[in-house]
Amino acid sequence: MTHAPSLSPTSAAPTTAAGFFRRFRSAPSEPHFAKRVQFSSPFLPYFFLAPQMAIIFTFFYWPSVQAIQSSFYLEDPFGFGSTFVGISNYTDVLKSTEYLGIARFTAVFTAVVTFFSLAIGLLLAVKADGVIRGNATYKTLLIWVYAIAPPVAGLMGMMLFDQHIGPLVKFVALFGWDMKVGLNYTDTATAMIIVSIWKQIPYNFIFFLSGLQGIPVSVREAALMDCRSGFRRFRTVILPLLAPTAFFLLIINTTYALFDTFGVIDVMVKDKAANNPITLVYKVYMDGFRGNDLGGSSAQSVILMIIVFVLTIFQFRFIERRVHYS
Amino acid sequence: MSAINITNVSKIYAGGVEAVKSVSIDIADGEFIVLVGPSGCGKSTLLRMVAGLETISKGTVEIGDRIVNTVEPAERDIAMVFQNYALYPHMTVYDNLAYGVKNRGTPKAEIDARVTEAARMLQLEKYLDRKPRALSGGQRQRVAMGRAIVRKPAAFLFDEPLSNLDAKLRVSMRGEIKQLQKRLGTTSIYVTHDQLEAMTLADRLVVLNGGEIEQIGRPLDVYHSPASTFVASFIGSPAMNLLRANREGNRLHFGSQTLETDRLSTLPTELTIGLRAEDLRIAQAGEQSLTLKIDYVEELGAQRLVHGNVDGKAITAALSPEIELADTIALTIAPSRLHFFDPTTGKRLPRPLDACTSTLPQATMLEPAAG
Repeated sequence: MTHAPSLSPTSAAPTTAAGFFRRFRSAPSEPHFAKRVQFSSPFLPYFFLAPQMAIIFTFFYWPSVQAIQSSFYLEDPFGFGSTFVGISNYTDVLKSTEYLGIARFTAVFTAVVTFFSLAIGLLLAVKADGVIRGNATYKTLLIWVYAIAPPVAGLMGMMLFDQHIGPLVKFVALFGWDMKVGLNYTDTATAMIIVSIWKQIPYNFIFFLSGLQGIPVSVREAALMDCRSGFRRFRTVILPLLAPTAFFLLIINTTYALFDTFGVIDVMVKDKAANNPITLVYKVYMDGFRGNDLGGSSAQSVILMIIVFVLTIFQFRFIERRVHYS
Repeated sequence: MSAINITNVSKIYAGGVEAVKSVSIDIADGEFIVLVGPSGCGKSTLLRMVAGLETISKGTVEIGDRIVNTVEPAERDIAMVFQNYALYPHMTVYDNLAYGVKNRGTPKAEIDARVTEAARMLQLEKYLDRKPRALSGGQRQRVAMGRAIVRKPAAFLFDEPLSNLDAKLRVSMRGEIKQLQKRLGTTSIYVTHDQLEAMTLADRLVVLNGGEIEQIGRPLDVYHSPASTFVASFIGSPAMNLLRANREGNRLHFGSQTLETDRLSTLPTELTIGLRAEDLRIAQAGEQSLTLKIDYVEELGAQRLVHGNVDGKAITAALSPEIELADTIALTIAPSRLHFFDPTTGKRLPRPLDACTSTLPQATMLEPAAG
């Protein structure tokens, strides 16, 4: 990849990681150079940054370092010291078929949840954007779900899939599917995925809707005069202009599926018989806080950190190149 | 290329607001029509109904013998140039130009030829692989024009295309649009609130006010005989001076001041008199005149706009900068240059002098009336 300066956005990739977040945090209409401020002392900006940096260090970097450190030790469950074991925590984890099975499920779970929550969110946003009469009510109803806390959503999901009173279980029973959430691996996985998707749709909906409304009306009208097929218009004009929003959501949703579905999973599989699907982050929690294997749990969370890191780099490298920021 | 017939078209919004009221315009093939009026007069709504971006509440729009009321915008065979250009920000200039024809299944070689031709016409060859954001305002405007040209449509629709440009660029783009339209001979409808743009571009002007047509005509006809006080004050800069006057015989009383001329007896006694700033001149000794108390003067270089009042009523006169000004000046006007309007309806009243002076060209009628 060349670093030659150019006007085309694709070859500007080396700076995209910074550019991406800067673009998202600044108001779209403001030119970036307008933010340049002169400080009287060179230390003043660092002073202003200090509270934020303190929080990041305390709650992010320090625990990360601790995790990395303890992943090389075998910790006594009751806190009476620890033994250095080298990388054996890692080798144990990576050799475990159980762990690899959970990793496989996590990959499928993340891919399915991300794809469907993005796709359904986009579909609803496009439809809501087209609604003229009563659109405020319509949008509010769609956004509502997002105000529910994840464990509550998990609980509601559980009730929807309850063996005795769950309407969804009764519904699928009409088609001959005897759904046993919490008992049957596939059924639990299905319910988990559906609830996780359902929980994330409103978030994606809000972003896609605001993205759609950020597309100038006249550009849509120009497309209306240039192209008769609505689907083709969507594919060639609307979708490319939504790409920055979609890319942002892709990263957020991947992270959501990997980490923030913890609450949903916890409600669904807590105190249930063993053979239930869980994701990597839940496994970290199980081994660390239920199994008291802090070293192994730390090793797992380091692995998880590396996975997310690689995934994010991949997304910036290969997907963001196709994104056009206006 | 084809004619456009707009017949009794109305736009009624939900809630009963009538933005366009039964407007009819017959536009000949190749004609350049300018819809002009203040904001909110319905000119853009009318254009958007022709484009298919607004539904037509009543009446019909015909483009080339085909009623297009229910036809999709993309199938009306028209191209539109928007005020803010509406370029596709994610496409290069080339793709912006090609997009419309590409969607019509035009062969690649043909698309390429058309885009190259349009780019050459508009001097955009150098910028074909740039994105719109790397272009200046004038270049973006050209791309928007190019996108319309490439389509080779039956008609061009322009929705205030120059209002985002600076004054100098606006003048040069105005010239380019006019030349291009003459060269291509494509029927065009152009919406603007700028009367100067309207005057300079139009084959025929349509002056709209409150959703209704005030006047349709060639620019100079509209300028020389505005159909109403609205048109009189809208077309021409500075705006025509409009004064209330009482007629007594052949005398016109403006407050305490009087002008006398002949053959006024057919007019009503209550009148609104229109005086173009550029028709007013300094009275010679012995000529009848109106005394203008000068409030302030605007220097335009070639001429000087003198703002003042005649008995408290504001009047603007465009005078040569060579003329020395005192606090008050005596102004006069050729009787043939007076415009008469009904003070209640604002409609133009026939000029009683027309009958006897029609053999002479109007521009030479500078002799003062005997008084």
